[in-house]
Amino acid sequence: MRGTRVATLVLVGCVLALALLPLFAEKYYIQLFTKMMIMAIFAMSLDLLVGYTGLVSLGHAAFFGLAGYILAFAAPQYEAANLWLSLPLAMAGSGLLALIIGALVLRTSGIYFIMVTLAFAQMVFFVFHDTKIAGGADGIYVYAKPVADIAGWQPFTLDNHTHFYFVVLVLLVLVYALLRVLLASLFGRVIVGIRVNEHRMRSLGYRTFGYKLACFVLSGVLAGMAGYFAAAQFGFVSPDLLGWHQSGGVLMMVILGGMGTLNGAVLGAFSMMLLELGFQGLPAVGGVDIGKHWQLLMGGFIVLVVLLLPHGLLGLGRLASRLLRKPVEAGDD
Amino acid sequence: MDANTFLIQILNGIQYGLLLFLVASGLTLILGIMGIINLAHGSFYMVGAYLAFSLSQHFGSLWLAMAGGVVLAVAIGLALEWLLISRLYHRDHLYQVLLTYGLILMFEELRSLVFGDDVHGVAVPAILQASIPLTETLSYPVYRLWMSAVCIALAIGMYLLIQKTRLGMMVRAGAANREMVQSLGINIDLLYRLVFALGVALAAFAGMIAAPVASVFPGMGNQVLIICFVVVVIGGIGSVKGAMLAAILIGLVDTFGKVLTLQIGGVQVLPELSGMMIYVLMAVVLLARPEGLFGRRG
Amino acid sequence: MTEAVLRTERLCKHFGGLVAVSEVSLEFFIDRIHAVIGPNGAGKTTLTSLLSGDLASTSGHIYLDGEDIAGLRAERISQRGVGRSYQKTNIFLPFTAFENCRLAAQSRLPSSMRFIRSALGYREVNEEAMRALSEVGLAHRAQELAASLSHGEQRQLEIAMTLATRPRILLLDEPLAGMGSEDSARMVELLQKLKRAHAMLLVEHDMDAVFALADRLTVMVNGCVLESGAPEEIRASTAVQEAYLGTEETHT
Repeated sequence: MRGTRVATLVLVGCVLALALLPLFAEKYYIQLFTKMMIMAIFAMSLDLLVGYTGLVSLGHAAFFGLAGYILAFAAPQYEAANLWLSLPLAMAGSGLLALIIGALVLRTSGIYFIMVTLAFAQMVFFVFHDTKIAGGADGIYVYAKPVADIAGWQPFTLDNHTHFYFVVLVLLVLVYALLRVLLASLFGRVIVGIRVNEHRMRSLGYRTFGYKLACFVLSGVLAGMAGYFAAAQFGFVSPDLLGWHQSGGVLMMVILGGMGTLNGAVLGAFSMMLLELGFQGLPAVGGVDIGKHWQLLMGGFIVLVVLLLPHGLLGLGRLASRLLRKPVEAGDD
Repeated sequence: MDANTFLIQILNGIQYGLLLFLVASGLTLILGIMGIINLAHGSFYMVGAYLAFSLSQHFGSLWLAMAGGVVLAVAIGLALEWLLISRLYHRDHLYQVLLTYGLILMFEELRSLVFGDDVHGVAVPAILQASIPLTETLSYPVYRLWMSAVCIALAIGMYLLIQKTRLGMMVRAGAANREMVQSLGINIDLLYRLVFALGVALAAFAGMIAAPVASVFPGMGNQVLIICFVVVVIGGIGSVKGAMLAAILIGLVDTFGKVLTLQIGGVQVLPELSGMMIYVLMAVVLLARPEGLFGRRG
Repeated sequence: MTEAVLRTERLCKHFGGLVAVSEVSLEFFIDRIHAVIGPNGAGKTTLTSLLSGDLASTSGHIYLDGEDIAGLRAERISQRGVGRSYQKTNIFLPFTAFENCRLAAQSRLPSSMRFIRSALGYREVNEEAMRALSEVGLAHRAQELAASLSHGEQRQLEIAMTLATRPRILLLDEPLAGMGSEDSARMVELLQKLKRAHAMLLVEHDMDAVFALADRLTVMVNGCVLESGAPEEIRASTAVQEAYLGTEETHT
């Protein structure tokens, strides 16, 4: 089908463009795009949950932030942690938290589910914000980037921002490919079936709770991967990484791009971050520093998108392509 | 803990719980009757508090400020419902979440622009500044007792309105079947608008009366919202009775959690981790009865 | 015909004060169509839901192959060979007819916790799906989206999905609902064909179909069994005619 061939070409083109970026761009942009790719992984992990399984979680940042804190803990005082040990540890930690929270929240559905995911994430936020476990509201530093040391040999060094960029790019492509394979597998078909009609799935004999929980955990693990690198890049973890602005932001990315498409999550992540930068860079108008109050514009933007773009940006794209398609090719799909 | 301190904590716990009930009742009504999840509900609490602060400075009287503030809050609520919320009735909860999340961001920034980011205090009105003595050294503020009394009065008023009036009956019918009520000739849009305005007014008013006690600060809306979610989850969506029970329960658990000391296995659980108590409570309810204490099953 | 595949014993369902199903004792055998008829609100769909596990019974027993399945959830009951079709079409609208059946057939695999191999690579599952579609006569529409099927075809798909799970007993809740005469005739033929290998509960309002298909007829009124027996007996019964069939005849 012409549609999927075009989509594949566009995808390959984007990956190529990302791969070639460091050749032309300065350090600032390389680091910016690294951050965007990290958020894209985060967004894809949530899309698996929201777009494909139909579970709207308002507390996904809990798994994102926890991984960051695990990295900070895993690093011996002022030294670097080992990537090959700390990354799996962080992802496993997030997965374990997802298992515990999931076992509780998946007993609910609909509005309740949204509220309890938010509430549990707030609980995790509270633990890191209000107790002395991890520096409280001040957060803690990740003094050195993790080292990728295997018995003395280092294939790359995360101190180098270009190496960091490529590591994240590879992971982005890997996660995307993994999720595509997963969604086409037996498990993936069950997940999508649950979103479309969970009642029927159960009457067909599927024990849906187990599948939803597995999905929730996997989603948490991937969010942990993103959180780990976010902490590693920024060099600092604070409770805000777990906060609900983070949860709301990533949910917005998934919706903005177009949920349930995976591509939409990546698109949404890139778009939201560029938009945020754009708003923050606005000059002061009539004595009011718009840039400082960029969240006002972001909030307004979110409201407009919800009202006008139910299928997100990709929905726009699909509409446009349908309008532009010549009559002769109309029977192609 | 001696008897007087215990009494004070009970009173504090109940007072906090009643305040939570005021805010949560609006949330659960809007959720149960209109099926709308409104994340910006906490923002109205904040709006109420900030209005109390600025208007009381303007008018010199907290009473006038409250009166004016409620009117303003209701006006904002009505406008919001008419412009935005009404477009969400037929849409997935996800979009309601996002839109109201966007509203939170806007409210926060508007507050920052108009009132700044400082923490403010509001003076207790002169009439209510006294304290009732319990012992030679301990006394209990009249204002707090007044707060509890007002909350109870409003709760009774709500009960009467919903259970005993024609309007309340229409509201309950509208919750069960929107189309049916519409075909009966009742203007359901107006009905929903009123319910929303009522919910907003309750939240804003709660913020106003809480202001002298809890102070006025930027994060207050979000903070109360989360707790209200816990109240609604524990009490059951749409159940005002459940919201009352859950709110009092949470008020007491939270208050006592902060003053008791408890060590489990070398870890200082209370008062350090007292903030977690309400979530533990929610987890227990989820395990035992996922639809809440008074929620409808499935 | 020896043991009943499914047997209920004084089955009851109460919703608070409302009695929906009361003291219902029925049996279902292979190669027999047991039709349950009655006016609206008689408790027929509630009964079906109790048997499929969609609802939990208040009291009484349900024996599947001799084993008491009361309290088991729908998933487990389905895995034990009970297939149900719904009165209100309950399919996966965004999927193709084939995918609907494939997903149904997939449920019979020991586990769907498989993450790598493509779902379409499971040949036996695909074949089972096509078999089910062919059996209801929808094989030529396999690649159509379920949402774009006609109402009659959707009802057929509803049955096909149930068949794809290879059940021993079929609980059919108004399979002819909303169908024109042509579709109805086709459905009756299909049900006749399916009878041999399955036990069947048929809840229906279409009296022509019921009398053409039923080996045994049970009339329910207000949650209770009014009468149960051979179709001719029921037709001749004055009590039944007063309570139910009488009103049906005045309509036709």
